[in-house]
Amino acid sequence: MSHVAKAARILLATLREIFDEAAYARFLLRSQMASSQAAYAAFWRERESSHERRSRCC
Amino acid sequence: MSRFVSIVVWGAVAALAALAVGVVAVHRGEPISTLWLVVAAACCFALGFRFYSKFIAAKILALDALRATPAERLENGRDFVVTNKWVVFGHHFAAIAGPGPLVGPVLAAQFGYLPGTLWVLAGAVFAGCVQDFVILLFSVRRDGKSITEMAREEIGRVGGFVAYGAVIAILIIILAVAALVVVNALKGSPWGTFTIAMTIPIALLMGVYLRRIRPGKVLEVSVFGFLLVLLAIWGGQWVSQTPSMARVFTLQASSLAMLIIVYGFAASALPVWLLLAPRDYLSTFVKLGAIALLAVGIVVLHPALHMPAVTRFADGTGPVFAGKIFPFAFITIACGAISGFHSLISIGTTPKLIARETQTRMVGYGGMLAEAAVAIMAITAACVLQPGVYFAINSPAGVVGQTPVAATATISGWGFPVTASEMQALAHAVGEQTLFNRTGGAPAFAVGMAHIFSQSLGGEKVMGLWYHFAVMFEALFILSLLDAGTRAVRFMIQDALSHIYQPLGQTSWYPSILTTSAVIVGAWGYFLWQGVKDPLGGINSLWPLFGIANQLLAAVALCAATTIVIKMHRTKYVLVTLVPLAWLVAVTFTAAWQKVLDRDPHLGFLAQAQALAAGPATAATPRLIFNNRLDAALTAVFVVMVAMVLIESVRGWIAVLSGRKEARMKETPFVMTRLVEGKA
Repeated sequence: MSHVAKAARILLATLREIFDEAAYARFLLRSQMASSQAAYAAFWRERESSHERRSRCC
Repeated sequence: MSRFVSIVVWGAVAALAALAVGVVAVHRGEPISTLWLVVAAACCFALGFRFYSKFIAAKILALDALRATPAERLENGRDFVVTNKWVVFGHHFAAIAGPGPLVGPVLAAQFGYLPGTLWVLAGAVFAGCVQDFVILLFSVRRDGKSITEMAREEIGRVGGFVAYGAVIAILIIILAVAALVVVNALKGSPWGTFTIAMTIPIALLMGVYLRRIRPGKVLEVSVFGFLLVLLAIWGGQWVSQTPSMARVFTLQASSLAMLIIVYGFAASALPVWLLLAPRDYLSTFVKLGAIALLAVGIVVLHPALHMPAVTRFADGTGPVFAGKIFPFAFITIACGAISGFHSLISIGTTPKLIARETQTRMVGYGGMLAEAAVAIMAITAACVLQPGVYFAINSPAGVVGQTPVAATATISGWGFPVTASEMQALAHAVGEQTLFNRTGGAPAFAVGMAHIFSQSLGGEKVMGLWYHFAVMFEALFILSLLDAGTRAVRFMIQDALSHIYQPLGQTSWYPSILTTSAVIVGAWGYFLWQGVKDPLGGINSLWPLFGIANQLLAAVALCAATTIVIKMHRTKYVLVTLVPLAWLVAVTFTAAWQKVLDRDPHLGFLAQAQALAAGPATAATPRLIFNNRLDAALTAVFVVMVAMVLIESVRGWIAVLSGRKEARMKETPFVMTRLVEGKA
């Protein structure tokens, strides 16, 4: 059962990373903000100004 | 596992691989089960990962678990983050798996199932996975540098310049080809057009929900968006059956092309959180689910392959695209075997998340194997169709004839029997008005996928829903690529323009955004329009152009990799990167030569221009002649650029090997890891 739970945790963590939820959580932690409209807007401002632009393959 | 057990187990896997590949290669006559393909792929990929990637990791790259990665050394909670290896693997796979491994193998199925299958198996294990793996590791050892930076530093300034130019050119061509695939999938299809149109307000709704209502709850809103998309598919059926609504959503190829061009411009200029990001989330959600579903469907239902192992079109007279198996099968299937585009992804986010060097093997090599498995699924989906049906869907009217009767007579005359009534019944079953001349690969893949699922899940009654689910899944993929690709090229051009006038580089300055967006959309829109108006269906000229450009980028990446391998004093293992490089050079240069100079008007751009000039003139003739000459010039430029990189690389290798030049690399110095075993 613990293996199943571990696999489920990893799957959820993977989805959170793919869907930027983990990045947003790290942003909140780093900037010591609570989740809000303003925080999410700041998160996107940072992402757009970043040189790290996610690529997608063909 | 003890050594004896290991030998027995891997010996059995090798024997099974040999048996399955042998059956796939030798069997002729009666249809064979898709399980043989699945077993051949599973065993070959397992062997490749277990032995070949381990050999590369140990002998060439000397992966060092004690060497701190940039994710650890530069951890900032933003770009550089130590991440669980399975999470990085999933993230990397989601980034590299686009529509390419679905569309290319479907088009290459005109040669039969065997050439594509063998190329995917061998190409992935010995070329594609190697490229992804070594480039990822070299990027990790250079703090996540890009392929253009690595090419400039390790090969020379020409390498960097060519890599930069190739990236922009490839992106523009791929965006045009991808848009053309969507146009061909949606033309004359009110159901499909309605469903895809609905994904735009759904994405906007998701964007507003994320921004205003539940900030950051992406998984939650993706599930919500997915349910709305399913509702849109169901609603599309109602639209197609309601004459007044069906009229509104039944569009010709040229109208769809204009709408996609306008959409591309809007998506590039709108704030990323509003349309691009939600659509990307939705597309990824659907993509991961649909790929998993298809994998389960193929393994559980294992339908028979009706396409012959090798068709008569191996001689180069194929209707889907012109050209012989060599070199065209190898540029038609790029993603799935080897794709230069991956060298861009391998140096994006992934190297900044890897906790240990040793994990690059699973993420780089293993991630590409997963994509190759997707390509095998696409070959399966195309080849479970009756060959006559496959060719009726994928052949342009300019080749097989304008009417159903003419088309079926031509195709039946090739030895692939199909009737107009059979095609009409199939079109009716999937909710389309016609399935003739639906070039581009997406409709054939969708019919194949619907065919597989209709064998168990709901039967033929729900075939239309499955078909449109597959079309929606591919179109969503492609439109996400259009959004992200247009924006990516825009950033690259803005970066370059900032050296001329600094404000042009600001990604939030609207005059710059609008100008550069218009230039990029105009560029891929031009090629899209060219494809829509091409009497041979567009795919015939544009897909090879994309394939050549993509594989040439892979050649640039392998030049950089070979240079680094030589500088690492691992010259005795240099064939690992040199053989794929030599193969790609042979394939792409031959393909380019034939596409430019072959005397067959169906194959050579210049011969087609000449044939058009000699034939009866219409209003479109001057433009068609110009387009063919433009394609020829573009292909020639690609080849010259890569030849320059190749020459510069070879000169560098000779200088290093003869001792005339110091083998100096730009690696980050070794730093001991501080990570405990559990964290990595």
